[in-house]
Amino acid sequence: MGFFSKRKKSVLPGFGLSMGFTTFYLSLIVFIPLSALLLKSFELSLADFWQVVTTERAIASYRLTFGASLVAALVNLVFGLLVAWVLVRYSFPGKKIVDALVDLPFALPTAVAGIALTALYAPNGWIGQYFHALGIKVAYSAFGVTLALIFIGLPFVVRTVQPVLEDIDKELEEAAASLGANRLQTFCRVIFPALIPSLLTGFALAFARAIGEYGSVVFISGNMPFRTEITPLLIMSRLEQYDYAGAAALGTVMLLISFLLLLLINALQHWSNQRQGGAK
Amino acid sequence: MSVIELNSLSSTPAVQLRKATAEPLWFRWLLTALALGFLTLFLLLPLVIVFGEAFAKGWGVYLAAITEPAAAHAIKLTLIAALIAVPCNVIFGLAASWAIAKFRFSGKQLLITLIDLPIAVSPVIAGLSFMLIFGARGWWGEWLNEHDLGVMFAVPGIVLVTIFITFPYVARELIPLMQEQGREQEEAALTLGASGWQTFWRVTLPSIKWALLYGIILCNARAMGEFGAVSVVSGKIREQTNTMPLHIEILYNEYQFAAAFAVSSLLALLALLTLLLKSTLEWRAAKDYAEAARLRQVE
Repeated sequence: MGFFSKRKKSVLPGFGLSMGFTTFYLSLIVFIPLSALLLKSFELSLADFWQVVTTERAIASYRLTFGASLVAALVNLVFGLLVAWVLVRYSFPGKKIVDALVDLPFALPTAVAGIALTALYAPNGWIGQYFHALGIKVAYSAFGVTLALIFIGLPFVVRTVQPVLEDIDKELEEAAASLGANRLQTFCRVIFPALIPSLLTGFALAFARAIGEYGSVVFISGNMPFRTEITPLLIMSRLEQYDYAGAAALGTVMLLISFLLLLLINALQHWSNQRQGGAK
Repeated sequence: MSVIELNSLSSTPAVQLRKATAEPLWFRWLLTALALGFLTLFLLLPLVIVFGEAFAKGWGVYLAAITEPAAAHAIKLTLIAALIAVPCNVIFGLAASWAIAKFRFSGKQLLITLIDLPIAVSPVIAGLSFMLIFGARGWWGEWLNEHDLGVMFAVPGIVLVTIFITFPYVARELIPLMQEQGREQEEAALTLGASGWQTFWRVTLPSIKWALLYGIILCNARAMGEFGAVSVVSGKIREQTNTMPLHIEILYNEYQFAAAFAVSSLLALLALLTLLLKSTLEWRAAKDYAEAARLRQVE
């Protein structure tokens, strides 16, 4: 019997080949380069490492990178839910096109997005001129950085919430209504709790994408040290000064944060799947 | 009489229920307008301005900008990089999803997380990592230099970072689908005497073709548009190591806005084409899925 169940596990061929190739390719393309980064930053003594990653300029860049990413992900959380709701629940002409267009930030190269947003929000741009008249600087400020990060993170919340919203049983809402709940109560107590895992997943994905973003931000930020310089750009300028260890140290800090976020996202997705599975 | 009828009609249980499970009309309009306004501001206007600025100085300037030698070379290099990176990642995606979806082993969840890693890593860090291996002062830099092999500031470096950046896209599309499909079909084929490769080509591949195609177009769009990682390793030498996004940056920084947007419009067209193909593929996949469900019911 024990033999039988073992055979049943491995009846399909190709495990050795596919798993071998997967680990080989993963090591070659991902592990070796990333361990080169870690090892390079270990060339610094702990004190030096700490000094490099806590310079005033580095801290200013973290503040901008994480602050703008957080605000952008929050905006996407609210509007992503709104867009997903409208796309799932309402109908209007051109809905299919709008639905397809939501993925534009995935498909449009970041450099193109960067120059397009800069052209829109520059002091003489289509939208920037109105802000300029009000005395608000959009492009070349932290505001502009945030706008670029909203753009690149836009699809995440929509695309994680949309399928969950489509799956919610209408009967639950009808039951809530027949028990005397009004529409707002039904939303807050029945629909919203079911969406929480997917909302958090989308938020974390948008945030993770935003902190690493480079292409769309460099054009709109103006890149002034201490004021509109994001961390990836600071790494770039360390590289241009041939300070490889310094660049690697900053890179290591960001890599660790990304990895932690990724673990968090996976845990959230796992939770979300379980919740969805349990509801059915 | 008719007034009474109307009253009784509007209070039938069905109408009450609809009232209770839907928002008032004005509220629906408000939400729709808000959502569309947000999308217009963040998606439509950036797209419109790319084409608007590209043609701002007329067709002549547009055509000159996309046919000049530097632009033509950038287009060629971008195509070469994508043409190498995408097939590499397709083979990886197929192998990884076969191993992960069809077999049980410990550490599977960790493997999936690691495959996702390149999506979360900043492109600049990706470029930097390859620089530390192949660069002049990197691990293999001296050896490469002695043998006159250029990787950094040359085409191989660009191809390598492009592979890194687009690494997960095919695998991510295939893994959940193949996990859901299970392995009964393949087991049946093997029982009927098919070889492993026959099973893969005739059973597995047809059932994942739409997801595979979707992964390929997504991978391709990312490969052609990558900017941050490529800008670290390319050195930006005109007509040698300039890809389209880097060419756009150079033109933009030289204040040749019309030319920069002209080249951008080509990449924007690629993005629109990608979205169109994606929607078509989703539609085809849904159709196939419904057909399969109908057949199962007939049985």
